[in-house]
Amino acid sequence: MTQHRVLLAALLTACATGTVWAQKSTAEGIAEYRAMLADGNPSDLFEAKGEGLWQQKRGPKNASLEQCDLGKGPGVVKGAFVELPRYFADTQRVQDMESRLLTCMETLQGFNAAEIARTPFGRAEQVNMTALAAFVSAGSRGMKFNLPNNTVQEKTMYEVGKRVFFARSGTHDFSCASCHAEDNKRIRLQDLPNLTKNPGAGNGFGAWPAYRVSNGQMWGMQLRLNDCYRQQRFPYPLFGSDATIALGLYLGVNGKGGESIAPAIKR
Amino acid sequence: MGDPMRIRAQAAGSNATVRVLMAHEMETGQRKDAAGKTIPAWHITNVSATHNGKPVLSAEWGPAVAKNPFLQFTVKGAKAGDKIAVSWKDNKGDTRTDEATVT
Repeated sequence: MTQHRVLLAALLTACATGTVWAQKSTAEGIAEYRAMLADGNPSDLFEAKGEGLWQQKRGPKNASLEQCDLGKGPGVVKGAFVELPRYFADTQRVQDMESRLLTCMETLQGFNAAEIARTPFGRAEQVNMTALAAFVSAGSRGMKFNLPNNTVQEKTMYEVGKRVFFARSGTHDFSCASCHAEDNKRIRLQDLPNLTKNPGAGNGFGAWPAYRVSNGQMWGMQLRLNDCYRQQRFPYPLFGSDATIALGLYLGVNGKGGESIAPAIKR
Repeated sequence: MGDPMRIRAQAAGSNATVRVLMAHEMETGQRKDAAGKTIPAWHITNVSATHNGKPVLSAEWGPAVAKNPFLQFTVKGAKAGDKIAVSWKDNKGDTRTDEATVT
């Protein structure tokens, strides 16, 4: 009887001090897991492959991408990712990294952009597109988002992006905002960043392209947005569509000053 | 020739820690595709490493090793400036060798 009481007292003390039940928060646990994985981040492999593709003469025109203008002048990769999406005078469009790479692959190398846009992710030239995206984003690793957003086209696209972000639609009446417009929300064990402002916007936008350990795939922002739409039960968005670019611009501008860690690693 | 590996070798005391990230699909040969056909095995079977040309590691791998394998090992007596070379061979006969200098 006494033994039982002593045991009970010990148990209660442990409860009170919280040592027995003390656990890392889910966010801390995931952060630790990511730190352990970061040492051998397979994104590095895609980055290396992308660098090779940037320099390699390819396509019907047998040219490299080394003259591609990503917004900071032909061939300038460093710092380009943290200023995208932006307006390009030659195409008269606001473009994100992947649609701009597609433009360069068409104009410099002679590839058929429409065909590549129609190709499913993970097949044919889309595989190379992903590697190139990893390489270009790596050129801004650790830099802060600083989208120019100073032309009428960019400002308009920002407003479009905001409308698209908040528009509820589809069979389940979802919008991006359903999950990403409030602080401290999670879905099952996945923390949901608030993408309407920093730090969520910078963290969210600066974490893609990323290598997903759970399915062993490298995902760019186009695929990330595509999958968001799939989860919302929306129609399949076109690769490099204005809607996806507008969303990217909205995120990038909201994330101004946030640090880019791309190409990153995800669960 | 397979895709390039990322090798980093850092001197730590009298040894060097080598970290290698290899690009390989590492198909076990036990998965089936959407049509129900078995996806053939395609994975690294042998790994070897040399330090200034002298063999220091050899490994035989099978289907249990995951995609894009990460390998870390310590080389005794390696110092800054030494050359570490890592090679792999897979079951289809493809090989890859990459080299790094200890920093």
